[in-house]
Amino acid sequence: MNREEIVKITNEFLVEEIEIEPELLNEEASLKHDLGIDSLDFVDIVVIVERKFGFKIKAEEMTGVDTLGAFYDYIEKMVNSKNSDA
Amino acid sequence: MKRVVITGMGIYSCIGKNLEEVANSLYNGKSGIGIDENRYEYGYRSPLTGILERPKLKGVLDRRMRTGLAEEAEYAYMATKAALDHANIDMDFLENNEVGIFYGNDSSAKAVIEAHAAAAAKKDTMMMGSGAIFQSMNSTITMNLTVIFKLRGINMTISAACASGSHSLGLGYLFIKNGWQKTVICGGGQETNTFSMGSFDALNAFSINTKDPTKASKPFDKNRDGLVPSGGAATLILEDYDHAIARGANMIAEVTGYGFSSNGGHISQPNDDGSYIAMQRALVDAGLKPTDIDYISAHATSTPLGDMYEAMAINKLFGNNTVPVSSTKSMTGHECWMAGASEIIYSILMMQNSFIAPNINFDTPDEYSAKLNIINKTKEQKINTFLSNSFGFGGTNSAIVVKKLE
Repeated sequence: MNREEIVKITNEFLVEEIEIEPELLNEEASLKHDLGIDSLDFVDIVVIVERKFGFKIKAEEMTGVDTLGAFYDYIEKMVNSKNSDA
Repeated sequence: MKRVVITGMGIYSCIGKNLEEVANSLYNGKSGIGIDENRYEYGYRSPLTGILERPKLKGVLDRRMRTGLAEEAEYAYMATKAALDHANIDMDFLENNEVGIFYGNDSSAKAVIEAHAAAAAKKDTMMMGSGAIFQSMNSTITMNLTVIFKLRGINMTISAACASGSHSLGLGYLFIKNGWQKTVICGGGQETNTFSMGSFDALNAFSINTKDPTKASKPFDKNRDGLVPSGGAATLILEDYDHAIARGANMIAEVTGYGFSSNGGHISQPNDDGSYIAMQRALVDAGLKPTDIDYISAHATSTPLGDMYEAMAINKLFGNNTVPVSSTKSMTGHECWMAGASEIIYSILMMQNSFIAPNINFDTPDEYSAKLNIINKTKEQKINTFLSNSFGFGGTNSAIVVKKLE
């Protein structure tokens, strides 16, 4: 899965399931301050990512993942490492 | 002691989604009972239930507020929003006045079962999502409504089986009567999903008269074969009389008596002593004699033993064939945790429109119901004061007296 596909799927669920306004979605947006994602939203995002991308986010791996761009990077890394493991 | 008045009502039930629809159904003896085919698939003995769709709240409440709402809490939101509107209470009032909540609820089965299934499938509790805890607890209604409506007074769920809604009103009444709160939201909510009633169905307590679902619930009738489960939510706004006068509120009726008791007996089988004590205590609290009651809204659920004991208790307290009695559960089914609140609204609608709603499907009395004045056809009659009974598993009993405001 390439980055473009990851961005598309991620943005879709952020808009449709987490109900974030689409115009707020950009690489520099802070997950917490700009997108308003709190600790409860994060639990739901873990469930959605497992369903969409087939891996479980671990909270400790998210340290330093503060922006939406970093979040795309993290998903890309996890998806590709899963594929290379396979 | 303070006087306690009702200044708002809201209802979401299988016989109507607003007061006008419900009043019409009550007047016309219209049943809300049908068949849920999924119950056969699940393994129920009876597929009969009150038929009710879930409200669509997307676009009404934001995601965070919706995520914690179990099915019964969605119904409770609808009923409570309508009751607050009816009472002319807006967010500005709620932010500037201390308003409390007592709400009856005694299960959240679907939320618990679905959360378990989500975790079990991946062996990871996080797969339950963020809403599971807030949906799974019995207090799902009060914890969510206090956040949505920014309530800052007493905040508590009453779990008292099928008397939950009635006790919630009784407690709201006591808190206002004693001067501890000026305004309290009271009510009861009940889930209707397939998971919600399996364990109750297991007791063979439900009617299996599926030939005509609208005729299945037959409280007091000799040929009754069990209750029909149902649900939704009902909310009443209780308010200090002087407070209501001062803000120019529309006063609908006055709560004048609350009686309670516990049977100290069998877990599922009722008796006549406990319900007699609750009714008598409510009359004493209201300063009334049995002859002052114009109508009794019976708890009668259409089970052989429950209806028999209630008929015995009413007969013992009120005498032979005197006060008119009906069970609206003949139309609604048994709204369980919600029933004690919804049935107060049903009786107030009768009081406002001067009629007694029929105990439909009451064709043949048995030895005990023959001694009561059971109304089985809509009767035009003024009601100034009524008594509403609610009894539950474990022998919890509640009786409320409501009086028309002159």
